[in-house]
Amino acid sequence: MKVFETLGKYFLFIGIVFSRPQQWKRFWKQFFFEVNSLGINSLPIIMIISLFMGAALTIQTAYNITSPFIPLYAVGLATRDSILLEFSPTIISLILAGKVGSSIASELGMMRVTEQIDALEIMGVNSGSFLVLPKILAAIFINPFLIVISMFLGMAGGLIFGLLAGVVSTHEFVYGLQYAFVPFYVSYALIKTVVFAFLITSISAFFGYYAEGGALEVGVSSTKAVVYSSIILLLANYLLTQMMLS
Amino acid sequence: MIEVQHISKSFSGRKILDDVSLVFETGKTNLVIGGSGSGKTVLMKCLVALYTVDEGDILYDGRQFSKSTEEDKRLLRKDFGMVFQGGALFDSQTVWENVAFPLQMFSSMHESEIKDRVEFCLNRVNLNAAYQLYPSQISGGMKKRVAIARAIALNPKYLFCDEPNSGLDPKTSIVIDNLIQEITEEYNITTVVNTHDMNSVLEIGQKIIYLNKGQKWWEGDKNSILETDNKEVNDFVYASELFQRIRKASQKL
Repeated sequence: MKVFETLGKYFLFIGIVFSRPQQWKRFWKQFFFEVNSLGINSLPIIMIISLFMGAALTIQTAYNITSPFIPLYAVGLATRDSILLEFSPTIISLILAGKVGSSIASELGMMRVTEQIDALEIMGVNSGSFLVLPKILAAIFINPFLIVISMFLGMAGGLIFGLLAGVVSTHEFVYGLQYAFVPFYVSYALIKTVVFAFLITSISAFFGYYAEGGALEVGVSSTKAVVYSSIILLLANYLLTQMMLS
Repeated sequence: MIEVQHISKSFSGRKILDDVSLVFETGKTNLVIGGSGSGKTVLMKCLVALYTVDEGDILYDGRQFSKSTEEDKRLLRKDFGMVFQGGALFDSQTVWENVAFPLQMFSSMHESEIKDRVEFCLNRVNLNAAYQLYPSQISGGMKKRVAIARAIALNPKYLFCDEPNSGLDPKTSIVIDNLIQEITEEYNITTVVNTHDMNSVLEIGQKIIYLNKGQKWWEGDKNSILETDNKEVNDFVYASELFQRIRKASQKL
């Protein structure tokens, strides 16, 4: 029963959040602030992870190709498809669920327990829409750019570290990257990214917005935000994959 | 004037407010006093609709509030100013931005007019040197004064203060109390203050309501509270050693 109650509360919360902003000027200001805070500030960690994950993917694939009948360009092909289909949209979104999700939940949770959200409500501000809508829309806007950057860096990392390890040549790797390319995979990855961005921000905001108590409870709601958004993200990944690739 | 008509509020089957009826008068500082758990905070949260009442109604100058729609509540709330116990200032904004916030959101003032109004409000609470500081950089007393400045920025008709003196030293408490009373009289607004600070009661208690076990137990003013024979009110008023000594001294006289 508790699950349905929480689910109902979440959908009501989404209803509150997706209402017309009371002041567009302030909304856009907050939107660009969140683009920077949730997106641009996440770029360094995404760049580092993408580069090294691409490297690990390439080297592992190369070392596992033992058959002389499998051409070496398969390393590039496997790296590309792994990055496009799963690594960049899903794994990077999971990392963002940890970084961005905990930040959103703790920020809103602290605002709740220090009565800042109540202060907004008493002024006549729709606090849900005012605080949460810019975060959700900013993540939906900026995350696809982050994922595209991650894709490029993942493949670049594969190429650079593959060459340094001496497991593949530039020509073979680049040929593999281009071989049998399915453009729909990029669309599929970006659609997943948009859905994940919505889930991460809205679930984390939900747990933060309804936090009760003090610092301890804010910590608990922050943890819950990361755990639930990660689980639901993986569930959504399965459903989207089933729907779009089957 | 705020009329509270037979309101009740329960949480998980536990009645916190039980058929409470009161009138908060315009131009007066109306104090709600009572021990911890007496229902003061719940009453205040019902007054501003942070909690929905189970029964009864609240009227603001004759306008129904508790049973009105969310949109109507939001409109009426623009006439509210509230000073929270901890100030509830926005951490990410400076003192100036905190006070300017309601003006930027809900007034059609130009930037220059907003600037003048913010300066006026901050001067009114004697805070003219802290414009660019963040809430984390100012003291508790200053936070309360910024909260008062923010609350009066839009010229509210109703001012709510939830334990405005908690955590403040006696001298700063008197400054805050006097400020609340001056603002109430100056702008002829209806002010409701939740407190259990007896110094505040005697300083600004133009109308006092004593809550006990979620019910209105006693009503009077700062003069009559010292002379009442109501046992619960007496126990509350003379709980401290200081007030017991004052009573003994006055009895000797």
